[in-house]
Amino acid sequence: MPNNKLTPEQEISRRTRRGFMALGAGALVAAGGWEWLNSGYARGGDIPAPLRSVLGFNEKVARGALFSDQHLVKTYPASAIGKLKDNGDFGIEDDLDPDDWSLQVMPRGIGLPVSLHMDDIRKLPRYEETIDFKCVEGWSVVTQFAGARFSDFTAKFAPGSEKAGYVGMATPDGKYYVGLDMPSALHPQTLLTYQMNGEDLADEHGAPLRLAIPVKYGIKNIKRIGKIAYGETEPPDYWRERGYDFYAGL
Amino acid sequence: MKTLEEKHRFATRWFHWVNFPILSAMIFSGMLIYWAYDPYRIGLGSVTLFHFFPDWFYNFTGINSQLARGMALHFALAWIFALNGVAYVMYTVVSGEWRELLPEPKSFREAFQVALHDMGFKIPMPPQGRYNAAQRISYSAIVVMGGLSLTTGLAIYKPAQLHWLTAAVGGYEWARFEHFWLTMGYVAFFVVHIAQVIRAGWPNFRSMVSGYDLAEAPAETKEEPAHAE
Repeated sequence: MPNNKLTPEQEISRRTRRGFMALGAGALVAAGGWEWLNSGYARGGDIPAPLRSVLGFNEKVARGALFSDQHLVKTYPASAIGKLKDNGDFGIEDDLDPDDWSLQVMPRGIGLPVSLHMDDIRKLPRYEETIDFKCVEGWSVVTQFAGARFSDFTAKFAPGSEKAGYVGMATPDGKYYVGLDMPSALHPQTLLTYQMNGEDLADEHGAPLRLAIPVKYGIKNIKRIGKIAYGETEPPDYWRERGYDFYAGL
Repeated sequence: MKTLEEKHRFATRWFHWVNFPILSAMIFSGMLIYWAYDPYRIGLGSVTLFHFFPDWFYNFTGINSQLARGMALHFALAWIFALNGVAYVMYTVVSGEWRELLPEPKSFREAFQVALHDMGFKIPMPPQGRYNAAQRISYSAIVVMGGLSLTTGLAIYKPAQLHWLTAAVGGYEWARFEHFWLTMGYVAFFVVHIAQVIRAGWPNFRSMVSGYDLAEAPAETKEEPAHAE
């Protein structure tokens, strides 16, 4: 056998050495990537920037390729209604005097703010929907909501604001707040709700007025809405600030 | 006299070794998500044999209270998992390697013999190509499971926009149930796979890294192609 030709045993040793070096290098890259993806993460805090950018990318894909206001969420017969648990009281811890409540609406651009009462909202066409309310935690409960379409509300009380990029909503005390992209807010199944499961909205479910937006997780279904503001930038969002996806679209 | 024999092409090794850490990270982030609502168990009625997962498990692994991070990781790495998986399937189709991978009608009978043989019974190993009958079944099944994980995952991720997909896998709650048990399937596969790799020994493991193994040189007579095309 010529000297420059390796024996099969030598050859496989060489290839094995090379293979394990490549695998080791790959493992280092993977470990580095994992570190980068998780750098600066602290439990309970916001997620690291690289993960946030991927969520932003996923939002673009969802809004560009998936979302349509023709896509309606599945509806159920009343017999399927379950018991929606009262899963959070951020922004509604304090008792509310119904007479004190009013809804402040800030239209897009230079429009003047409007102050509304429940009668104004009850005068809008009433819609009823029995949908599967989905919590970001993973559980879901079939729930019936009734109220006015947010699109009708906008057309009536903030005409022109349909063209805004976003709408932000907050409780009267400002302690809970959500941001919504306009297409999701104008979806025909997005309701400003004053009745739930056939009864007037209970305090713990956000009386007198809450949002039912079945194209989003429950975290966006804000209770006891006190302020609505249309705008061009992403409004502050309670759970977005705590690491969750801003879009949170289903 | 031994010769060098190519066992696994570079593409196969690439897909395999990319999938391993990605799938592990998908399982890890999936558990961060599952923790927030963990209803599944082995049991019947009021009798629970095992709850997924007991508190000691959450405490031991520290996977509790990280839902937001879990979702972000899961929806980021899912891209790599999906692209790597789709590329792998396309590769097996284009390269023709699917012929060595898909179970044949005889595989199901033979796989039983392989299992008995592997468990130590004195049953001869049926003749085999690159993969034996049990490998054909399990390696094909794991690819199908990957596709189902992707499908059920999308059904949970976008149940409104992809309502037809969610309906196709039995609805939102079933999708989550299926997604969970597929994951348990990967864990079971992993345990058996590792045991088999250890059993098969160093040359087999080496071939999955280097691509090559040593084989006895073929006899002087000219060999016929193994498969007629």
